[in-house]
Amino acid sequence: MKLKELSRINNFYHDDKVIDACSIFGMMDTSGNRFSGKPVVEAIANMHVRGNGLGGGFAIYGLYPEYANYYAFHIMYLSREGQAKVEDFLRHKFHVIDAKEVPTKPTPGIVNPPLVWRYFLEVKVEESNGQSEGDYVVDRVMEINTKMEEAFVFSSGKNMAVFKGVGYPEEIAEYFCLEQYEGYLWTAHGRFPTNTPGWWGGAHPFNILDWTVIHNGEISSYGINRRYLEQFGYNCTMQTDTEVVAYVVDLLIRRHGLPVEIVAKILAPPFWSYIERCSPKEQKLFRTLRQVYGSLLLNGPFTVIIAHQGEMIGLTDRIRLRPLTVGVKESVLYLSSEESAIRLVSPDLDRAWIPMGGEPIVGSLGKPLKPEKASVAEIKSVRKC
Amino acid sequence: MKEAVTIDAKGIFYRELNAKLRKVVSNGTQKIELRNVYGQRYIGTDLDKPVEIEIFGTPGNDLGAFMDGPRIIVHGNAQDGCGNTMNNGEIIIHGHAGDILGLSARGGKIFVREDVGYRAGIHMKEYQDKKPMVVIGGTAQDFLGEYMAGGILILLGLKLKEGESHKANFIGTGMHGGAIYIRGDVEEFQLGKEVSAAELDENDHSVLKKLVGEFAYHFGYDAGEILKHKFTKLFPLYLRPYGRLYAY
Repeated sequence: MKLKELSRINNFYHDDKVIDACSIFGMMDTSGNRFSGKPVVEAIANMHVRGNGLGGGFAIYGLYPEYANYYAFHIMYLSREGQAKVEDFLRHKFHVIDAKEVPTKPTPGIVNPPLVWRYFLEVKVEESNGQSEGDYVVDRVMEINTKMEEAFVFSSGKNMAVFKGVGYPEEIAEYFCLEQYEGYLWTAHGRFPTNTPGWWGGAHPFNILDWTVIHNGEISSYGINRRYLEQFGYNCTMQTDTEVVAYVVDLLIRRHGLPVEIVAKILAPPFWSYIERCSPKEQKLFRTLRQVYGSLLLNGPFTVIIAHQGEMIGLTDRIRLRPLTVGVKESVLYLSSEESAIRLVSPDLDRAWIPMGGEPIVGSLGKPLKPEKASVAEIKSVRKC
Repeated sequence: MKEAVTIDAKGIFYRELNAKLRKVVSNGTQKIELRNVYGQRYIGTDLDKPVEIEIFGTPGNDLGAFMDGPRIIVHGNAQDGCGNTMNNGEIIIHGHAGDILGLSARGGKIFVREDVGYRAGIHMKEYQDKKPMVVIGGTAQDFLGEYMAGGILILLGLKLKEGESHKANFIGTGMHGGAIYIRGDVEEFQLGKEVSAAELDENDHSVLKKLVGEFAYHFGYDAGEILKHKFTKLFPLYLRPYGRLYAY
């Protein structure tokens, strides 16, 4: 996308008005019931003015139950040659169970789309040299993204996938025919790119294995985070800051085995002034985390929705420079940039509130968040240890 | 006087809705009901007549921005930036409000029944008889009254239990004008470096009596009960806290 082309996709009043913020939305049925993306598309479209048409995307979990044991790769190709090379590579490294083009339909507003293909893959054990399956898949994704031209892996997890591209999220949903899919957890993103190009690979969600991240904000620690992650074999290729978060959670949660609550304290660590008021035991924990994982602190304003199989996590920076509202209706958890988007699809919430900065909101399969009585809004925080 | 007008806002883009409001108000309508509001921004902006706008639903960001006179009543919650740079009028929210409530307000009143998010009252200012006033029934998140340059901010903490204190940190950081009144306890460490706590004098009590009285009237509380409780006044220590920060 060239700058001079920006006017073409600006608002329909053609007055160059931009309201500058991304929109994020997440919806999870913690009972595991799969539902269509209709309310998700409706909700993200309601925040249309937050984005500018330079990126939209969705992650869906519980998507491919008939292929639940295989890695579902969605790969974007910029050329047929790129595709041929990658498919050759895939056949060497995996058993290819199925390969098809992802169905699309012509959609006004979606211009010059790349090819997007879907593969169901099984790791060739004889190729993996004793590596864990997860590590093997991560390495192969990195190999495709860094060494093979004109091809980028959009998603690489089991029973889930990412659909994304350049356009408003509701256009991307139409383009990829998302009305035909069901899942128990959906996240959606409308993009307003700030410092980096609006291209298909730069749309959110970002993914590795079954981790996805959507983000509103700006990660100014991107350089530090990226260099740290390179030591562990993660290479950033999507030209935008949010990509690091996907790799950070894969590293910390899958490989280092840390619980979400601790990861939140690494990404959005408490202030030193707060740590000083904590008990000696907690002080030790927080100081240790900052010493060991200081390079993974996310600096700058952010709200992220992180998801993986069975879990959806909302988190903001510690002084909440980007918005996040939580809604609960029976077994369904909603996370959104704006409450109005939640109310549009679920007017009669049991509870809606605005969590404290740096405090993760976690929805897990089989564990509905319990609505508290008479609580329209609440400030959840224990600031004195 | 024209009859009350009801507008179903469902599916209407914010610009069209606000254009419609301008038109209706210019016709002399004094009461408007907005139904099915889902996130339309800037509702009430640019209006300078004493019209009453009742909103059913969830109005979008910057509700009442630059407003100059109307009264807005929200039956629901407000999002971020409510009362942005408003000049005159009233916003009454029967629910909670998001971040930066009343930012840069230069006049008018805002009443919120429940809690508010981060940075409520940020950079409110006053000049002569123009003085923004904000009353919050619940509690607030961090940076309450940040960079406040004028006006009155009252935090009532009505839902706090006995012995429970407000949780906000960095209250009044960078504050250099106006006053914050807090009902219920705050610890020294919760305050920004630029404010100090004081006992209330007679003038403070009369300010509280008036504004808490209005709050109680809007939401059906007993003002006398609320006022029985101890209040703390926060005032700015310096007129220009960062005067030397960028000067060399």
